[in-house]
Amino acid sequence: MSIMNKHGLLERHSLLLTVGILVVVSIGGLIQMAPLAYMDNTIEKVDGMRPYTPLELMGRDIYVREGCYVCHSQMVRPLRDEVERYGHYSLAAESMYDHPFQWGSKRTGPDLARVGGKYSAEWQVDHLKDPRALVPESVMPPYAFLADKKLNFDRIAERLRTERMLGVPYTDEMIENAEGHLYAQADPDEKGYDHLDSLLEQYDGASGREGSVEFRDYDGDPGRVTEMDAIVAYLQMTGTLVDFSTYEADDLSNRR
Amino acid sequence: MTSRTISSNSGGGSIASVSALVAVFGVLALIIAGRTIDHAMGIQAMTFIVLVTAFLVGTGMWAGNLINRNPFDESRYEDTLVKFGVFASVFWGIAGLLVGVIIALQLTFPNIFYFPEFGWTNFGRLRPLHTSAVIFAFGGNVLLATSFYVVQRTCRTRIAGGMWPWFVFWGYQFFIVLAATGYLLGVTQSKEYAEPEWYVDLWLTIVWVAYLLVFLGTLWKRKEPHIYVANWFYLSFIVTIAMLHIVNNLSIPVSWTGTKSVQVFAGVQDAMTQWWYGHNAVGFFLTTGFLAIMYYFIPKRVNRPVYSYRLSIVHFWSLIFIYIWAGPHHLHYTALPQWAQTLGMTFSIMLWMPSWGGMINGVMTLSGAWDKLRTDPVVRMMVVSLAFYGMATFEGPLMSVRAVNSLSHYTEWGIGHVHSGALGWVGYISFGALYCLVPWLYKKKALFSKSLVEWHFWISTIGILFYMISMWFAGIMEGLMWRAYNEYGFLEYSFVETVEAKHISYMIRALGGGLYFSGALIMAYNLVRTALGHGAAEPVDSKPDPYATPEPRTTLVPAE
Repeated sequence: MSIMNKHGLLERHSLLLTVGILVVVSIGGLIQMAPLAYMDNTIEKVDGMRPYTPLELMGRDIYVREGCYVCHSQMVRPLRDEVERYGHYSLAAESMYDHPFQWGSKRTGPDLARVGGKYSAEWQVDHLKDPRALVPESVMPPYAFLADKKLNFDRIAERLRTERMLGVPYTDEMIENAEGHLYAQADPDEKGYDHLDSLLEQYDGASGREGSVEFRDYDGDPGRVTEMDAIVAYLQMTGTLVDFSTYEADDLSNRR
Repeated sequence: MTSRTISSNSGGGSIASVSALVAVFGVLALIIAGRTIDHAMGIQAMTFIVLVTAFLVGTGMWAGNLINRNPFDESRYEDTLVKFGVFASVFWGIAGLLVGVIIALQLTFPNIFYFPEFGWTNFGRLRPLHTSAVIFAFGGNVLLATSFYVVQRTCRTRIAGGMWPWFVFWGYQFFIVLAATGYLLGVTQSKEYAEPEWYVDLWLTIVWVAYLLVFLGTLWKRKEPHIYVANWFYLSFIVTIAMLHIVNNLSIPVSWTGTKSVQVFAGVQDAMTQWWYGHNAVGFFLTTGFLAIMYYFIPKRVNRPVYSYRLSIVHFWSLIFIYIWAGPHHLHYTALPQWAQTLGMTFSIMLWMPSWGGMINGVMTLSGAWDKLRTDPVVRMMVVSLAFYGMATFEGPLMSVRAVNSLSHYTEWGIGHVHSGALGWVGYISFGALYCLVPWLYKKKALFSKSLVEWHFWISTIGILFYMISMWFAGIMEGLMWRAYNEYGFLEYSFVETVEAKHISYMIRALGGGLYFSGALIMAYNLVRTALGHGAAEPVDSKPDPYATPEPRTTLVPAE
């Protein structure tokens, strides 16, 4: 076979071989990844999505830090049992501000894409502290230390600015008042009182509806903003933003 | 040819340039350590400074003791480096498997193996430690060691770059230490098998470029007209991993003195990029790299030529072309557009054929030497690795079919699948290569004990079977339970009932993992005793010929 004899050329020239390999392994990725960046129908048109509040974003960082994605997916598939168990199937739009995504790949625990509001914040705190006290069969690790650790948000403004650089629509007001907004959400009665109106105006404004931001003390210790406050704020928001009453799944632009 | 002074070409110059590069990064780490307000970054920077200082002091002491000896003597193979790589592999392998057993026990007995006061011992932090330790620390060191060994033999020349291959080796160990300690501290970007943060990614990129240049440099000064097939596979592994690593880790640090970075891609695009990377970490790290090992060590060990040259060409190019498309099968039924899912599924099924091409080429190399399966447990280990490879590469396409995936995804079946590939294929071909390398490198006639290899083989094989079967059972059971409806049309089981139902399977899995871990301990003991020259590991009568250890020419047909 002549083509086989020509292969000797590649075997004698290492750079040809290297370039050949690089070309061959580039094709698939280019064809699969590049269109997702510019095709309009990759992400559905929805109402209600807004960037994470500073407290939610810090909570999400703790979710990432603790490796929650290792056991919990955040991706409800459009299958009958999943929609009945977890709620409406997940949309691409719901993770459009997720740098990085948290879809997960394994469900040692249940999916968390729509865990927001499913349990009370008190339940979440107790469960995180000692999972088996509430669910005896659970194999989840205990996270009691989150309630002891003061939340570190030294770089919150820079953090939001970096997100904005990558396309998350944080406004100048959001970035300037990030610390105040964080206090407003976790300690609305005392430290954050003065910033509460601004928090709601900015984030409910971005969402286009009222009530998209829950503000309260989560961990039972209003004086301190702990990591527990942040992660429960994040969990309680998860999957609640999109307004499904205005979402038209059958619309051609949402068909993917 | 033999130069007596170390100042010649790559000799002293490479020692100086490597030391300078490492020192520059040490100074950068010092500046970061001084300015950071991030606790974790402080610890990471100090760790790096300690490693760099040890490296520079060690290099200085070693270079000072050389007197007139040229450490990079062109008339000799660089085998000391391979020896380091072999024992680094054994060390990290045992560490990674141990963490695996620990996290298996955590899922089985959560009341005993979790400590509420210590976040760093939790499953979420230890699982990335386990996966990175076995894939990148163990697998990576096996690939470094074998590629350095194989490329020298098949090119009949010393490895290029003087000190640079040593930089690759030590730089890679630094990467492992930074990544591993980072996971325990909670430093992660949460992308599976790409968890290390931006600064560790940057360091690995530098090490990897050096690796590529050392490898290519060795090919450039080869004394064989043709590049041997194993080197095509090594080259595709090095080049493609570089591409995958850089694209999937694109991120912007929040501050150059902090650990946290923000990924460039978000949501669906990030998911696609991640599984393009994730699946091809399997494809190019755990497959083509280890196929390279197969293409050298099996022919060498059984003293037969590779079965089919044509098959090796066809399956090489089709494997690397098709593999890269398979990523979206990790995203079936997700918010990824369906066209991408379908492409991923289609190519995953096509991937079955080139995968089996490799298996057939490896197994059939035993033609005329089948008796070795019975007489040589090392050969048996490598051939059984191909059997597991064939099984896992059949199971993979099966699971990538969308309908099957709706059942198997998110379940323990996936865990079982990756472990049949990891323990069976990657583990066994690596163990086979290590069992070959130690007597060759230390110029011994045989291993310390052949019966210990038999023990290792059987204990591990039983361990893998326990692991796979328990995870098939657990995975299919929970998949069916999740979708089970009762007679009234309601979901039959709550989620936690499916967790409870897996308890027995988890126990069997932990036992299987424990057996596999025990096998690795037996191997470590056997390899150390072999290197020390105990038992049957008598020295080979050394000839003055510097190219004494296995001659590639005698068995390996030039690749045309």
